[in-house]
Amino acid sequence: MSNATEPKTALGKTANYLDERLTLGSVLKNFGRKVFPDHWSFMLGEVAMYSFVILILSGTFLTFYFQPSMAHTIYEGSYAPLKGAEMTVAYSSSLDISFDIRGGLLMRQVHHWAALLFVAAAGLHMLRVFFTGAFRKPRELNWLVGFFLFLAGMGAGFTGYSLPDDLLSGNGLRIIDGMIKGIPLVGPSISSGFFGGEFPGTEVIARLYSLHIMIIPAVIIALLAVHLMMVVIHKHTHYPGPGRRDDNVVGYPLMPVYVAKAGGFFFLVFGVIAAISATFTINPIWNYGPYDPSPVSAGTQPDWYIGWLDGALRLAPGHMDVSIFGYVIPMGVMLPLIVSLLFLAVVAAYPFIEAWVTGDKREHHLLDRPRNAPTRTAIGAAGVTFYAVLWAGASTDLIAVFFQMSLNHVLTAMQVLLIIGPILAYWVTKRTCLSLQRKDREIALHGRETGRVVRLPHGEYIEIHEPVDKYELWKLVDFKDYEPIMPRPNKDGKITLGTKIRASLSKFYFEDRIAPVSKAEYELAHADHAPETIEEPKRKPKQIKAKK
Amino acid sequence: MNKKPMRRRPWALGVVIFLGLIASGGGYAFATQSVQTNAVGSAEQIEEGRKLFLANCATCHGSNGEGAIGGPSLIGVGAASVDFQVGTGRMPGQASGPQLYKKPVQFTEEQIAAMASYVASLAPGPAIPSEEILRTDGDPTHGGELFRINCAMCHNAVGAGGALTEGKFAPALGGVSEKHIYEAMITGPQNMPVFNDANLTPEDKKDIITYLKYVEQNDSVGGLELGSIGPVAEGLFTWIFGLGFIIAITVWLGAKAN
Amino acid sequence: MSELEQYSAGSRTNIERPIKDPGMEPHRERMTDKSERHARNAERQVALLFGISVIGAIIAVWGFLAFPIVGGDLSATRNGAFWMGIGMALSLLGIGFGAVHWAKTLMPDAEVAEDRHIARSSDETRAKAVEIIKLADGESGFTRRKLIRRSLYGALAFFPIPAVVIFGDLGPSVGDTLKHTMWRSGTRLTKDPTGIPIKASEVTIGSVFHVIPEGLSELEHHKLEEKAKAAVLLVRVNPADLKEDPAKAGWSYDGIVAYSKICTHVGCPVALYEQHTHHLLCPCHQSTFDLADHCKVVFGPAARPLPQLPITVDAEGYLVAQSDFLEPVGPSFWDMRK
Repeated sequence: MSNATEPKTALGKTANYLDERLTLGSVLKNFGRKVFPDHWSFMLGEVAMYSFVILILSGTFLTFYFQPSMAHTIYEGSYAPLKGAEMTVAYSSSLDISFDIRGGLLMRQVHHWAALLFVAAAGLHMLRVFFTGAFRKPRELNWLVGFFLFLAGMGAGFTGYSLPDDLLSGNGLRIIDGMIKGIPLVGPSISSGFFGGEFPGTEVIARLYSLHIMIIPAVIIALLAVHLMMVVIHKHTHYPGPGRRDDNVVGYPLMPVYVAKAGGFFFLVFGVIAAISATFTINPIWNYGPYDPSPVSAGTQPDWYIGWLDGALRLAPGHMDVSIFGYVIPMGVMLPLIVSLLFLAVVAAYPFIEAWVTGDKREHHLLDRPRNAPTRTAIGAAGVTFYAVLWAGASTDLIAVFFQMSLNHVLTAMQVLLIIGPILAYWVTKRTCLSLQRKDREIALHGRETGRVVRLPHGEYIEIHEPVDKYELWKLVDFKDYEPIMPRPNKDGKITLGTKIRASLSKFYFEDRIAPVSKAEYELAHADHAPETIEEPKRKPKQIKAKK
Repeated sequence: MNKKPMRRRPWALGVVIFLGLIASGGGYAFATQSVQTNAVGSAEQIEEGRKLFLANCATCHGSNGEGAIGGPSLIGVGAASVDFQVGTGRMPGQASGPQLYKKPVQFTEEQIAAMASYVASLAPGPAIPSEEILRTDGDPTHGGELFRINCAMCHNAVGAGGALTEGKFAPALGGVSEKHIYEAMITGPQNMPVFNDANLTPEDKKDIITYLKYVEQNDSVGGLELGSIGPVAEGLFTWIFGLGFIIAITVWLGAKAN
Repeated sequence: MSELEQYSAGSRTNIERPIKDPGMEPHRERMTDKSERHARNAERQVALLFGISVIGAIIAVWGFLAFPIVGGDLSATRNGAFWMGIGMALSLLGIGFGAVHWAKTLMPDAEVAEDRHIARSSDETRAKAVEIIKLADGESGFTRRKLIRRSLYGALAFFPIPAVVIFGDLGPSVGDTLKHTMWRSGTRLTKDPTGIPIKASEVTIGSVFHVIPEGLSELEHHKLEEKAKAAVLLVRVNPADLKEDPAKAGWSYDGIVAYSKICTHVGCPVALYEQHTHHLLCPCHQSTFDLADHCKVVFGPAARPLPQLPITVDAEGYLVAQSDFLEPVGPSFWDMRK
């Protein structure tokens, strides 16, 4: 059929070979010039993904030497203060990786730093998606996939943290055991199943290892594939601006610009992690010693992404064992668990809640500037504060020592802050957003303040305002704006509870909104000697247009 | 320290006597330790110490060391206690707080030795350890294990320090001399418990000091240590420097070239 | 917008914008677009960065070869890790900075727009999809043949059950293992980790002993499991400071008290003993127990006092347990009182 174009060069022949088997031409035709918007905040997800690739590479190295066995052995390696100590094979092989295998220490540090960065970048990426409203239709499901990716990342981190079987991670496992045992009815049995009998047992490291190197990475890879597939289907969102609309995507083509930038970025992330790993110690397991149920070290904390759960355990009120028919429900464990799960549930459900409140069923590909969605931004700030207080709660002891304060005062202050902080953060953020919106209106209507003051012939002093150009003006006025909805009766003439809740939520979201500048307002402001603003008269001296 | 106790075999450095002391003298005379037979110095030294004591300590501790409103009795606390408290600058104490801080030392070694002799002359108590027991040639593995069981919960696994209740804290052990570590164990300064020779033998204590000095003198093979306080410092570093640096790169990456 | 307008905009307002979308901003030329000299310079810079990458790789290999690990010498481990890491970093950053610099300076930087289409399939496609499903249903008789359908649901509900049950042997049944420890009447209190028994006279006021039951170190199996339950803290306080509880009279010996070291919150070893306040602090979640007052919780998330081990002395003056703990040690659990 296609004898017309017989390839001649080596490259051409290879391409022909592949295309005849893989339809490569069609793939390239469809994806080669796909457009990706360019913004620094769009790369955070990439940081997480690249960290994951680095984790797989360095983790594979570690699996060649690590032995997930809790059999007892006597350490005979290079680290003098542990020579002759009794320990598990898991711990001794981790020490051997650190001291006696060339490149082992570097790979361990790369693996651990990359793990911390993986979850941190994923978390920041989630925040970016939240605060710009990128989770709205059609991306709600992808938000959920991302949410589960974050959870899987935490799970991967925790299972890995426990593997070296050192004193620090052993005490971490012990805390997990204590929490599991506290679960009503099934707790003790789950604990026995997890540890293969009583804590610490001889099974748990091997089980965590299976989870850490097989199941959880497989789940992450599967979720990541779905996550990326959806990005391809939806195409990436873009920030508002001239020429950017809900029905287009503005950016650079995949080939060559994005391949070079995103491909190069992988090397940059890896390079930064390598540089940090070469110069900074992470998780010095040799300092902690082998796990033993009797000792514990001051400053026993989990890695940062589990910190908020540990903080929840610390901030729980005491004296709270509830007894029902002689059965005990330890609220010092259950309350933090319930609160954390509720928090996660709200995070997962947020896109659906907001979609229900606005009733907006259109697709949104143009992001919100955070100020233009004040209530969402404020809710986000409250959530971040809640999380941050729990997180800081996990280091109460270190805060107390570092700032020379009473541990008890720090803890009590954190408990108060956990309630007040989010409310305060909500209020401050909302007010800030509204003020920024007002400022945007001012600039759109009257131009930017130039700082130049002139005296008019009749003696009045005014500051010259410079109108913004059309591109900037468009950025200031083009955003989505919602009104509170009224509860309306349904067909039977009744106002259902759902409608009422929805109406009051809608009021909560939009009642004090600042609407974008309308055409009428703009024209009024630009007519000579017109009253200068509609809603806020006499706030500023009258201005004239700047002279060129 | 030029005060060399009479040479005996290292840990015949004292007939180790266990007393259930503390009857009189108040709460601070808790300790009963190895009492060194030769703990008391010469008469001139004691007299010199008494003068210094009256001038600097008697206001709080009473003119005969019997204790007063500001400070506990020093009867039976021994030379080691004085050497630790004054030798680390904790005494003379300043404003009252939850706990005394380490400060610049106020006295010369001779003066400290004189005061120690004076206090030791009041009643038998733990003596200043001999130099032999302070050599760091013990067994660091055993020392490390003992340190983790007996000390690490307050002082952290490598002696970076930690918090106690109500503003009190266990200080970091880096830079603390072998002698002061030993003295702290036998006297139990402030809220630290006492580790008498039945609990940790002098040899055990030597091992612990050997371990601590090993950790202090050997840099981490992994690179800079971020304070050795564990995962919190590592997490903060990741967020501020790791992610911070990468975000700086993304901003450069997304900015248009000139 | 037409595609989108078929959906409800909810409570979105429809305020007319002051101006029409002005379209994308005009493209601004870079120095490398304007001047061939700049472009050549950029080209050289990129090549230099790629060259640095090669040097980095060489440094990393040298770092591996130059520092063979000789037993006990940690400086080789440190230097090897440092130079391998620095070399790798240079090598990776060289490629990364080079590629991005290339993209930024020499590849086109004019933004382009591409149309989007809504996710929803067209009505025609949907109709076809529904048709396929109906056809499949008809051909298989899935809706029509109720017996098959319902029995399939049943089978699907039952088949995963073995997959759950098969994990039943992950751990033995709990029984009352959580309620008992190694302590028996007459078990000597010994020092952790040496197992040396402790005489009452050795426990001076203000000192604290970390204690394990006699014979723990010799256990062949379940040593750590037993230790995880049986670890005890032994302290002597001035008997005058101890608060008396008639129910526990005789559990202490001359001011010497022994308490479980396992926190009743989530099980960390509570071991931070302050000799003057008699407070015991858990370093993990800051539960604080008053040792002089039967280890009652005075601060933090724990709910129960630390269980006390009743002790006495034997004929030789060694401290021994009177019995096991009389309540479960460690974190609270569902049936602990049953």
